[in-house]
Amino acid sequence: MRTTLPVIVAFLSGFVMVVSFFFGGALGDLDDNALQWVTIVGGFTLVLGVFSILRVNGKVVAKRGRDWPYKLATVISVVAMAIPSMLPVSTNTVGGRIFYSIFPESWGSRMGTGPSSIYDWLFNYIDSPMMETMFAMLAFFIASAAYRAFRARNAEASLLLITATVVMLWRIPMGEALLRLFSDSLPDYINMYVMNGFNVSVQRGIIIGAALGAASMSLRIILGIERTYMGKG
Amino acid sequence: MVESMSFLDHFQIWLRAYLILSLFSFLYKDNPFYKLSEHIFAGLSAGYYVGLIWQSVILQQLINPMFDGGQWWLVFPGILGILMFTRLSRNYSWISRVSLAFVIGNTAGIYLVSELHGKAIRQIWATMIPLDGGSGAASTILALIVITGVISTLVYFYFSKEHKGLMGATAKIGIWFIMISFGAHFGYTVMGRISLLIGRIEFLYYDWGGSLLSIF
Repeated sequence: MRTTLPVIVAFLSGFVMVVSFFFGGALGDLDDNALQWVTIVGGFTLVLGVFSILRVNGKVVAKRGRDWPYKLATVISVVAMAIPSMLPVSTNTVGGRIFYSIFPESWGSRMGTGPSSIYDWLFNYIDSPMMETMFAMLAFFIASAAYRAFRARNAEASLLLITATVVMLWRIPMGEALLRLFSDSLPDYINMYVMNGFNVSVQRGIIIGAALGAASMSLRIILGIERTYMGKG
Repeated sequence: MVESMSFLDHFQIWLRAYLILSLFSFLYKDNPFYKLSEHIFAGLSAGYYVGLIWQSVILQQLINPMFDGGQWWLVFPGILGILMFTRLSRNYSWISRVSLAFVIGNTAGIYLVSELHGKAIRQIWATMIPLDGGSGAASTILALIVITGVISTLVYFYFSKEHKGLMGATAKIGIWFIMISFGAHFGYTVMGRISLLIGRIEFLYYDWGGSLLSIF
């Protein structure tokens, strides 16, 4: 029961999607409905993940465990972002009527995910700048990695070094001007042969390999051979 | 323009500047400012997805169609979704496998078709082009590069046979192609990150600097 039922469910739901590709017209909106169902269940999965973050961090805060003030900051941040976004915006809904019988109606514009909401403000002025800074910091780490990776120890490493240097030059106006000193068509050749030739061919090889791998793994899941997604127990 | 900024404008700029500098402080070493910002960032990012999922999935695709649109059958994915929470119980966590199996099975069904039909076959189709079909020698050279690159890359990643003889030579060509491609990707990524760094430095210099000048 504990393993057979999930295998049957996985088989049927996977089989429906494969069949609907070949007999889409005859089955009506079956695949669209199935996709909507998956989106809904997937949505709950993400909420479960966030709930788990709150539970794990909340436990550490309650026990005054290691780094508990930081965990408290995480809990407050999740709550501050999530709760106002979930509260009703209008008074037309049942939830809205209950909410605005307790809180003033002027709070309406601050709820939800609209332009002047708390959610929007927190995203624009805290979350988004931090996200950009995190990615910007990678410039330093990538430079450190480049120093180690780009030492021309052998032919392969030299190819990596030369291509990366050429592409970095090609991507900036000053570098492009420098490349044009050697040949006026050099930047065009880089675009044509390096980016659309060597780069595309390798990406294509990787995509073909990964697609075959993903398809075979999907078949294993549908047929119940691959069961690791169930975990232990 | 800077002088006409309100208190809220100054506050928002200083808050952003503090967050940026506290995150950059990690470049020196791990410290409490960085740790606090890092934990706030993790919390806000998780909260962001809750808001997004709540509005675009739970409300728009489940609650509103069910109560306003009369689509009562959506109660079933709703139940499957709620069953995911049995994962938190030690005794009943196995029930969540049913919901998970539904998502995994469905996704596998979609992937089985889309990966083969939408990716593998299309990429093979795009690779198998006539060598003299384009505009002169340039397109012939390009087509040769692409065909050689695709075949040698696939051979390099084929580990079921030892890379010796013709197989080894092809795999060797494959690694050269891969190195060139990774180099190009690396160059692209570096420039992307550098442009983000420039954006942050510009903010600190112009916006935060402007706010500083207008206050002091």
